[in-house]
Amino acid sequence: MTITQDDLRYDPDRKLKVVGTTPIKPDGVDKVTGRAKFGADVHLPGMLVGKVLRSPYAHAIIESIDTSAAEALAGVKAVVTRDDFPELPPGEFRNISCNFMAREKAFYDGHAVAAVAATSERIAKKALKLIVVDYQVLPHVIDVMDAIKPDAPILFEDMVTQGMDPARGGPTNIVQRKEFTMGDADAGFAEADIIVERVFDTKPMHQGYIEPQACVANYTEDGQTELWCCTQGHFIYRTRLAAVLKMDISKIRVTQSELGGGFGGKTMFYIEPVAIALSRKANRPVKITLTRNEVLRATGPVAGTHSRIKMGMTKDGKFTAAEAELYFQTGPFTGSAFVNAPQAMFTRYDLQNIRAVGYEVVSNRPKVNAFRAPCVPQVVFGVEGVIDELAKKIGMDPIDLRLRNAAVEGYETIYGATFGPVGFVETLEAAKAHPHYTAPLGANQGRGVATGFWFNRGGETTASLNITPDGTVTLLLGNPDVAGSRVSICMMVAEELGIGVDKVRPIIGDTSTLGFNRVTAGSRVTFSAGIAVVLSARKAIKILCQRAAMMWDVPEDGVVFEDGHVRPASSNVGDFEPLSIADIAKKATETGGPIAGHAEIVAEGAGPGFGCHIVDVEVDKETGAVKIVRYTVVQDAGKAIHPHQVEGQYQGAAAQGIGWALNEEYIYDQDGRMENAGFLDYRIPVASDLPMIDTVIIEVPNPLHPYGLRGVGEVPLVPTMAAIANAIDDAIGIRPRSLPMSPPKVLKLIEEAAEGRDRA
Amino acid sequence: MDELRYEAPETLDAAVALLAGADGDARILAGGTDVLVLLHCDMIEPDLLIDIKKIPELTGIAEEDGGFRVGAAVSAMELVEHDAFPKAWPGVVEGVKLIGSIQIKGRATMGGNVCNASPAADSVPALIAAGAIGTIVGPDGRRDVPVEDIATAPGQTSLGKGEILVSFLFPPRPPHSGDAYRRFTPRTEMDIAVVGVGISLTLDDGGTCTAARVVLGAVAARALLVADAAAVLIGTPLDEAALERLAAVASAACRPIDDKRGTKEFRIKVAGVLARRVAQDAYERARGN
Ligand SMILES: Cc1cc2nc3c(=O)[nH]c(=O)nc-3n(C[C@H](O)[C@H](O)[C@H](O)COP(=O)(O)OP(=O)(O)OC[C@H]3O[C@@H](n4cnc5c(N)ncnc54)[C@H](O)[C@@H]3O)c2cc1C
Repeated sequence: MTITQDDLRYDPDRKLKVVGTTPIKPDGVDKVTGRAKFGADVHLPGMLVGKVLRSPYAHAIIESIDTSAAEALAGVKAVVTRDDFPELPPGEFRNISCNFMAREKAFYDGHAVAAVAATSERIAKKALKLIVVDYQVLPHVIDVMDAIKPDAPILFEDMVTQGMDPARGGPTNIVQRKEFTMGDADAGFAEADIIVERVFDTKPMHQGYIEPQACVANYTEDGQTELWCCTQGHFIYRTRLAAVLKMDISKIRVTQSELGGGFGGKTMFYIEPVAIALSRKANRPVKITLTRNEVLRATGPVAGTHSRIKMGMTKDGKFTAAEAELYFQTGPFTGSAFVNAPQAMFTRYDLQNIRAVGYEVVSNRPKVNAFRAPCVPQVVFGVEGVIDELAKKIGMDPIDLRLRNAAVEGYETIYGATFGPVGFVETLEAAKAHPHYTAPLGANQGRGVATGFWFNRGGETTASLNITPDGTVTLLLGNPDVAGSRVSICMMVAEELGIGVDKVRPIIGDTSTLGFNRVTAGSRVTFSAGIAVVLSARKAIKILCQRAAMMWDVPEDGVVFEDGHVRPASSNVGDFEPLSIADIAKKATETGGPIAGHAEIVAEGAGPGFGCHIVDVEVDKETGAVKIVRYTVVQDAGKAIHPHQVEGQYQGAAAQGIGWALNEEYIYDQDGRMENAGFLDYRIPVASDLPMIDTVIIEVPNPLHPYGLRGVGEVPLVPTMAAIANAIDDAIGIRPRSLPMSPPKVLKLIEEAAEGRDRA
Repeated sequence: MDELRYEAPETLDAAVALLAGADGDARILAGGTDVLVLLHCDMIEPDLLIDIKKIPELTGIAEEDGGFRVGAAVSAMELVEHDAFPKAWPGVVEGVKLIGSIQIKGRATMGGNVCNASPAADSVPALIAAGAIGTIVGPDGRRDVPVEDIATAPGQTSLGKGEILVSFLFPPRPPHSGDAYRRFTPRTEMDIAVVGVGISLTLDDGGTCTAARVVLGAVAARALLVADAAAVLIGTPLDEAALERLAAVASAACRPIDDKRGTKEFRIKVAGVLARRVAQDAYERARGN
């Protein structure tokens, strides 16, 4: 009988030796010493330098591109433009293609229009200056609400808004409308004693990974290509590259590097097909490494939003209805994943009546990309602000109000699933009991709380486990490790096999070594690969048992595997010394060959995650500066396989949220050019901007995972901006409803309040 | 192909000769924390870089006539960690300390900070408030100019072709003197001043201000020495009324631009707030001396 995913259920009585401890990461030493190879660390003989020419205009028709002078420059080996890529029918792949190399139009400042490969960077840069592009500059639109005005410049004349009934044609920048409802929102509002309705704005934010995209492509004469790059999903890159280059999937081999951060931003490629096309033309390997300026101008931020949020409540604090109208800026092409927002924004509260409508809008800024819990934090900023106001209106403690409305096991969600065991109540109770929640506040300080939810994901996952002749284990995984997943995955293998974690050596295989793996995103990898490796280990254990039985010449059911050894199941079987994995591996040739286990699954049963953040801020009322004084993240992890890695996720996400809340924004000049395309003026927080971020790991096991875990990477970003806004309101009695809550904006709010001016 | 030439002369004369004799774009390289950044961003394409860190006159810190002479190419960390200088000029050191991170300060120099001529340069307001004099050497010899006369506009200085800023001379400190610098940035570090204020004060034995220099950074094309702001402090014990007036005069003196780092309105407001806070810092120090 073969073992399947369904056989791997959480066992509360299992005694754990490895899971829950904090061993050193298998990739840790190389990262500390600098030996780890990142995207830009691949060097091939004869390699050329690729550079991309980018549009200086936010919106322009590309009349013509003359590359002849560039091609004539000594040292230039290839120049590519739109003409070097197949024309694709409308749809996802055409959008991808038009984004990595502009076709009819350049849609944003920084949009790629041509690329060169040359023998040196200096020559490549010089060649870019020799390319003559004839642009017809068009009016542009940056902001999402400007883009839906009747007289807005239109990006695509033929755009029809999907999801409208009837589908609406005519000039529009609205790509699609999606509505999600449950119960009867109008009836719910009719039951409410108190209704709060507010409007909120958030800005696009860059994922802010430290490692700029880099790749090396090597196209060979027989029409194959090797590609090295930094990606969160080399398999999906391969699939999409095959589509946009019209190649066989099997002829593209993608090897992923260590990742210097991704956060969703490396789930889509920009330079890889360009490098392949250059390599094909030049007959040499080509490397492209983006500069920070290019990263900020041309790679994905997350969508900025405008949202109207309305919630109703009885006077004793029971939510009766919720409604939302949401606008998401997606850049020039659809792909914002905005449908997450209406499905996740209220989910964690026991709401029965919800109406949430989302619109996705194109404008002249880089195409958005995923970022932790894509599109959810932006709208939770509003939801948790409205809830904070509701709590104030009835004088209820904000955590108590959330507890009063917390969804529990059995709640049927707006997206159709019914909650199994979930840890929202436990998370809220732990937050309330945390000393932070009752610590005294200083002058000009305030405290805020907010909560968040994320579905968590599973999906296609493969793994291959091999037992070497000395009984140690090599593990082949198919997901780039963005967050310390490798160590956790090895720990689960070690737990299964009863060996030390240092006896399990993992590598992330290239796309030709394993079956398809879904991209590392959505908090899916430690969960899904955990299932895949436990399955692989149990298959290997089964073989180990067979081999031991063979060595002892006893029936297979006469042996058991325990603590890394095969033993006789009882004294009736015979008096045999237990055999270690090494003992059995040593004899593998005589007993039937190498011993291995592998798994190819669609991981199912991801358990939803919940978090509650508590933050204290101090506001300088004369400058509007907001300082984060204390921060605590409380979140259900199901089970923390490696608690430090879980804490790292909580802290890292909160740090990113603090940046989004306080300072990060794209600044455009009147021509639609980004003015702050560098880390000096695109202000992610530095270490001294942050307090020590305290963490509390709640463990309400997910019954559908062998070790009970839930994903943890998305949830901790979700509540951050709302928690900070709530804290600012607590400090100064003014609630910012627009991000970033930067000093000039906060100061203006303070001055307006002092003058008694009303806000819309 | 046009290569970039690098020279590291060991005498001032040699450096001046190289700089004055160069045909193309020749630049001085001190710490390089501005020059190399511009180079990597393709904002400049120099033909010759002249490293001045091997020239003795530019790299020493010495007491002179009861004050200090600090070489223009002394690194920021060296100055910050000096035994005597930070005690005499804590405000100048506050400005220097704000330049980048510790790693950046290991390279960056005050000479570079002044000659880069950014209106937001952090050491400049405190240098001007201190009354520091720059010594400049060029093909026509040596001249001394107050620091406020070196930068003229963003990226522009009054240095002529071939001229090098060699050192800063800080005057002796009368008793009951103190200086201070603060800046406003959205982040705590690694940021560019939206407003910076440097103030140096001298008090009499009774705590009344007898001399003051008030300098605003990042609110005009170059750092502003605001005589009116000094005037409202002189003759007062920096009481509430004087501080109020200081804030108003400082705000009124601003001639800022709107840019990605701050709006006009915000800069004007915060200049007053900071002026007040910095005056109080300097006053505390002066009273303690
Ligand atoms: C990450 C980072 C953070 C920074 N943060 C700050 C900050 O917070 N505050 C701040 O004020 N600055 C900051 N800077 C800018 C820079 O570090 C300072 O301006 C520094 O003081 C420049 O000194 P340097 O010796 O490196 O100058 P260089 O780059 O060597 O030179 C700067 C300019 O001055 C000229 N020059 C240098 N020395 C002389 C001389 N003796 N005579 C004539 N011309 C000369 C050079 O030719 C060049 O044009 C930062 C820079 C970086 C990279």
